[in-house]
Amino acid sequence: MIDASVFLLAAALALGSGVAMVLVRNAVHAALFLVASQLALAVLFLIQGAFFIAALQIIVYAGAIMVLFVFVVMLLGVDKRESLIEPLRFQREIGVGLGVLLIVAALYLGVGTSFAVADLPDSAGPRSTEGNVEAVARELFTHWALPFEITSVLLIVAVVGTMVLAKRRLRS
Amino acid sequence: MSVPAEWYLLVSALLFITGTVGVLIRRNVIVMFMCIELMLNAVNLTFVTFDRMMGGLAGQIAVFFVLVVAAAEVVVGLAIIVSIFRRRASTDADQVSLLKW
Repeated sequence: MIDASVFLLAAALALGSGVAMVLVRNAVHAALFLVASQLALAVLFLIQGAFFIAALQIIVYAGAIMVLFVFVVMLLGVDKRESLIEPLRFQREIGVGLGVLLIVAALYLGVGTSFAVADLPDSAGPRSTEGNVEAVARELFTHWALPFEITSVLLIVAVVGTMVLAKRRLRS
Repeated sequence: MSVPAEWYLLVSALLFITGTVGVLIRRNVIVMFMCIELMLNAVNLTFVTFDRMMGGLAGQIAVFFVLVVAAAEVVVGLAIIVSIFRRRASTDADQVSLLKW
């Protein structure tokens, strides 16, 4: 019962913030709505038992990535007016129509099918005495150790590439 | 009694659609980028839900890697946006049409 109400609250918050993010004009407001949506998603991860992912969602997404977004919005100046000249005619209408079509398809699939799972566990991960964080860490550092190391290379490449891209060209 | 997994999948699908529509109808490059983040988040929810249904941990590991790649992608993407803004003084997606014929 509590589970269902928490789910409904978090899902409504996530969806409402997502829609508001798309509709709102100001880019800073859009970023704040995205943070709200991500926090609600973290709650959804939490009630599914994925504690490690929920913490990562808050720290990495709502913390680091969104700070970066807000920082860039501030750096570039908030541009409230979007141009109303449409190079593609009826682009917005077609986009919204496509979205409605997708929603109908999702509802059809979601209502029409049910996944045959015998007994759904209350939380993710194998049933054992160790917690979710320990289980994820064991899996990550044993079975997925090589991809984990490769991600560090990816991060270094991203950092160096960003510095090259954002560096002001010195006049020679 | 827990919430059925289909509900989570439905929420995730609706979030993904919201992000898709946002990318289609918005012009501001930064907001389009935020919509892409929303789509990534929706897929993460799907991963965690299927992970709970399968009773393994592979889905959560996948979410971890999605997070890392998303972080790298955001950093590089925002740097590209900043350098485009320096050149054109605009964050409008329609202004960046140099590669279009």
